[in-house]
Amino acid sequence: MNNIIEVKNLTKKFEDLVAVDNISFVVKEGEIFAFVGPNGAGKTTTIKMLTTLLHPTSGEMKLNGCNPVIDKNEVRHSFGIVFQDPSLDDELTAYENMEFHGVLYKVPKDLRRKRIEELLKFVELWDRRNDLVKHFSGGMKRRLEIARGLIHHPKVLFLDEPTLGLDPQTRSHIWNYIKDLNKEEKMTVFFTTHYIEEVERVAQRVAIIDHGKIIAEGSPAELEEQTNTSSLEDAFLELTGRTIREEEASPVDHLRMRRRMRRR
Amino acid sequence: MSAIYILWLRQLKRYFRSRSRIIGSLAQPLLFLLALGFGFGPIYQRAGGGNYIEFLTPGVIAMSIIFTAIFSGIEIIWDKQFGFLKETLVAPVSRLNIMLGRTLGGATVASLQGIIVFLISFIVGFRPVSLILLPLALIFIVLTALLFTAVGTAIASILEDMQGFQLIMNFLVMPLFFLSGALFPLQGLPKALITVAQLDPLSYSVDGLRGTLANGAHFGVPVDFTVLTIVAAFFLATGSYLFFKIEI
Repeated sequence: MNNIIEVKNLTKKFEDLVAVDNISFVVKEGEIFAFVGPNGAGKTTTIKMLTTLLHPTSGEMKLNGCNPVIDKNEVRHSFGIVFQDPSLDDELTAYENMEFHGVLYKVPKDLRRKRIEELLKFVELWDRRNDLVKHFSGGMKRRLEIARGLIHHPKVLFLDEPTLGLDPQTRSHIWNYIKDLNKEEKMTVFFTTHYIEEVERVAQRVAIIDHGKIIAEGSPAELEEQTNTSSLEDAFLELTGRTIREEEASPVDHLRMRRRMRRR
Repeated sequence: MSAIYILWLRQLKRYFRSRSRIIGSLAQPLLFLLALGFGFGPIYQRAGGGNYIEFLTPGVIAMSIIFTAIFSGIEIIWDKQFGFLKETLVAPVSRLNIMLGRTLGGATVASLQGIIVFLISFIVGFRPVSLILLPLALIFIVLTALLFTAVGTAIASILEDMQGFQLIMNFLVMPLFFLSGALFPLQGLPKALITVAQLDPLSYSVDGLRGTLANGAHFGVPVDFTVLTIVAAFFLATGSYLFFKIEI
């Protein structure tokens, strides 16, 4: 299998804070890859660099054979993303949000209409397609965002805490959907989450990141073996320590965390 | 092209859906026309200035354009806060096209607003002096709308959240409006005020509209057109540059 994502010695500094510290990893084509770590570990920053939103301070990246710093457009065509924070236009309808995305990604009109209908039916929002998004619940918005990220049939789907704040029904629904896509379309999935049981259930490979560094990598079973624990949750705690991050976080981490909480 | 179009369309849809915004932005110009127009009309007439409504209307049209345009540009801050900007920035569309689509959308909305205020002014008795000059007036409306939408975009690219919005209204938009000669003639003012008015781009919008819709431009229509074109080009370039630098 080819490597669809290759990251080598990637570093990102914000003034004097090192958010991502010299990390290297690969993701194979068709894999479901989980990127886990405590709050402020550098997960979102890594995703932002891979998806062309942030410039790395140093290091190399390749996504589907292209460099996100140089070949921005090629890279942008080859991934879909569901951000940690909502990114829908509340003043548009569900259908208009989908249409907007399809046009930006230059999906031809007939194909676009067909896919939007398929995807909206799949996430069970077709009946609500003409409602303004501002009247949607959190779970409905998430489903719509996932559907939207798939209109242009990306090679890689990035999901940054896609199931945050959703009830178990919605979560299981979303994961079944993503697993199907991974199997049928051979789509690579790169996701972050705080729910370790989700990692256990869907991920083929996991990387654990803490303080900007990757501290362990492997299949869930391998990680349990490495740490001599019987569950991935225990392995995770063993590797990252049991202290709650807020207590030992630097003032900058505090600030970041508070900002993130306010955003929710 | 299709990307610019869909971004433009989005601005228009958002405008037509926010009824309260439309009503609010029409009530204000109407109030200005009624209160100032009829309030100062008799004095203005006695002082030998002629018909004040005729003088005031181009100024109020310019006012509604600058308010709407700056606001449309500043909407980018909302998109930043509500995350929608990210969705646009990861799409395979150049930032220049994103900026163009948004700015054209905002400018279209602001131009529509100007045209609507022009039509409203008929209620208070305004009549344009010549029909032949109307297309020229439309050009001034569009130029003004483009210029100030670009100013709004530039500001929004720098600001993090909406907290600075009041500051911009009070220290930028209001002075630009009040010092532009929208409400009073520039002839015979203290020298300092004239200098300020000469530096205010909105003065040339007001003057250009006055020269094409009513009688008597202070700077002259060709000067107005030249200045506005140059300043609009400058702010479009600045707005694009700052928009390019946004990192989220």
